Amino acid sequence: MRRTLPASLLALALGITVAGCGGGDSDSGSGKGADSARGPITIWLSNNQEEVAWGKAMVEAWNAGHPDEKVTAQEIPAGKSSEEVIGAAITAGNAPCLIFNTAPAAVPQFQKQGGLVALDTFPGAADYIEQRTGSAAEQYKSSDGKYYQLPWKSNPVMIFYNKTLLAKAGVDPENPPLATYDQFLATARKIKASGAAPAAIYPAPTSEFFQSWFDFYPLFAAETDGKQLVEDGKAQFNTPEGQRVAEFWRTLYAEGLAPKEKYNGDSFADGKAAMAIVGPWAIAVYGEKVKWGAVPVPTSTGKPASEIKTFSDAKNVAMYTSCKNRATAWDVLKFATSKEQDGALLEKTGQMPLRADLPTTYPDYFAEHPAYKAFADQAGRTVEVPNVPNAITIWQTFRDAYSESVIFGKKPVSDAFAEAAQKVDQLASGS
Amino acid sequence: MTLQDARRGAAWPRVTAILGRHPGGLALVAPYAAFLALVFAYPFGFAVWISFHDYFFTAPGAQVDRPFVGLDNYTAVLTDPAVRQAFGNILVFLVINVPLTTVLALLLATALNGAIRARTFLRVAYYVPYVTASVAVVGVWLFLFNSGGLVNKVLGPLAPDPSWLVNEKLAMPTIAVYVAWKQLGFFILLYLAALQNVPKELYESAAVDGATRWQSFRKVTVPAVRPATTLVVILATITGANLFTEPYLLTGGGGPNGASASPVLLMYQRGIEQGQPDVAAAIGVLLVAFVIAVSLLNRRLLERS
Repeated sequence: MRRTLPASLLALALGITVAGCGGGDSDSGSGKGADSARGPITIWLSNNQEEVAWGKAMVEAWNAGHPDEKVTAQEIPAGKSSEEVIGAAITAGNAPCLIFNTAPAAVPQFQKQGGLVALDTFPGAADYIEQRTGSAAEQYKSSDGKYYQLPWKSNPVMIFYNKTLLAKAGVDPENPPLATYDQFLATARKIKASGAAPAAIYPAPTSEFFQSWFDFYPLFAAETDGKQLVEDGKAQFNTPEGQRVAEFWRTLYAEGLAPKEKYNGDSFADGKAAMAIVGPWAIAVYGEKVKWGAVPVPTSTGKPASEIKTFSDAKNVAMYTSCKNRATAWDVLKFATSKEQDGALLEKTGQMPLRADLPTTYPDYFAEHPAYKAFADQAGRTVEVPNVPNAITIWQTFRDAYSESVIFGKKPVSDAFAEAAQKVDQLASGS
Repeated sequence: MTLQDARRGAAWPRVTAILGRHPGGLALVAPYAAFLALVFAYPFGFAVWISFHDYFFTAPGAQVDRPFVGLDNYTAVLTDPAVRQAFGNILVFLVINVPLTTVLALLLATALNGAIRARTFLRVAYYVPYVTASVAVVGVWLFLFNSGGLVNKVLGPLAPDPSWLVNEKLAMPTIAVYVAWKQLGFFILLYLAALQNVPKELYESAAVDGATRWQSFRKVTVPAVRPATTLVVILATITGANLFTEPYLLTGGGGPNGASASPVLLMYQRGIEQGQPDVAAAIGVLLVAFVIAVSLLNRRLLERS
């Protein structure tokens, strides 16, 4: 009896659970009516200080003219990552109307969860998106041809270098040879050999799925003239271009020019690495501390800067199905991505609104801030993460293969990439 | 005796048969039983259900099919080399961590139980890592154990290459030692409580018989705290098998190259990051079965008379 009572209670609890689970959801919640409803809405902003400042000003401007459709802005609640918090909010049904920090890589998953509103439901939405962003908008369409996200802003990544450390290593700091892989490696060897810095470049060598966006992917985009990791349901990295990029990084790791151990802090700010792969946010972060220069990422043949593509590191805005007043949300979305508000975002954060012809749209800003000009030019040539099913699993699969073959050199790149490509093809097909 | 009392007296044996001798006790345990049912039993039952279905989290009201898939998720999990590696890693972890924790906790508790100087200070000192947030302590260990860290500086030419946390052979043992150190305070406390209950007469008679300190430790202390040892071993096994924070933070997502990945880390990656809670649930159910098996084995071995 002593043991059977708890056991039977447990069995009962399990039975109730299973019976409860069998039922399936019934409420439709498709949002009919919500699409044209107006009223107060809530939005979430990323917890980056400058973005919050922009967001608050934007909301204030909106609220002043729309007393019946008040917007309440708050920062995304804390969690291990924003995507995790948003995923939980979708499941719980308490996501806000708009999130101004929706990662393109997470969109397929949120869409599958039934958490996103197709923006095409609003009249003229697709036109608005395509006119604002230009041809780059195509990359943000989901596989059903609809926009579940509005391409908002990018942080095109480039190579940042520390002029003081390069000079110490005997490299011309004003015009460092970093265009081809051979030049890059030669410069990296000089930095290390001279003792100017313990590492030439220090991308995070850890296993998180997104780390490849800041080492392999920008160089892959440049080397392939803008291919995505997966195109037409097929992995693109197991190609001569993909392998060239991987071999380049493998050499950096094998020769200790890039360390295999995670750095506890900011290696570039601390002078532990002479170069870093960063977006325009870096200008504000390092501007005063480090004498820096920026060049596009290298390619094997040293393509001219004006042809080089890179990873966008974009963050977009999406509308969530828990939103009741979607007509208001759509108007707010258009208001927040208007020419005026995009200009304010650029001014406050230095991040690049995903607009066609950015430099000519805001000529005054770039005349005043010439440092951002290179990033603005680069913003016109960016590659996004592929919008495919199982996107995060695909990135993790790729990262594991990269980690094994490139960072730790346990396997030839060709073997690891071939195996990963096979898995990725299967994942991209949605199975 | 009134009539009412008589009736109550007649009904009493039946009530006792169903509700036990002190039915009031049920009211006292009810809140905890409800808590257990809600926070443990229900989610566990749900996880078992998920593991047999094609399941993913959806927005309330979304219409999706969640077909029964039999053992598909389990097949996927068991044929995944990453999962097998994670279970292998956790076995390495347990083999190092559990004996280390048990032996050190017992030795230190015995020492602290004796009249030694600065006893209170030492008790607090051992307990501090246990109550300090893991994230903060992990930061300290990163500084200690990275390539240019204090430990390698002290070791000089004897420092391992590659360094501790990026060495496939040493990453998991380092984590096992870290966790043993971090949790020691709690297990010392369990042993200290058990040591208070060892009758002094036993030590006295051992002394009369001419036992040395080591002999009285082996022949008196160890057998006397055996129930506590069972508890320590089982608790250390359970907390160890649920390892997550350390591979997540100390070795940057189960690195190097998956050598320190744990089943719970994989559950987090698959279930939360990658949106496959069905696969994650299957790993979880297997982990529960694994922990129960190891705990039963421990108990059988330790309670052998």
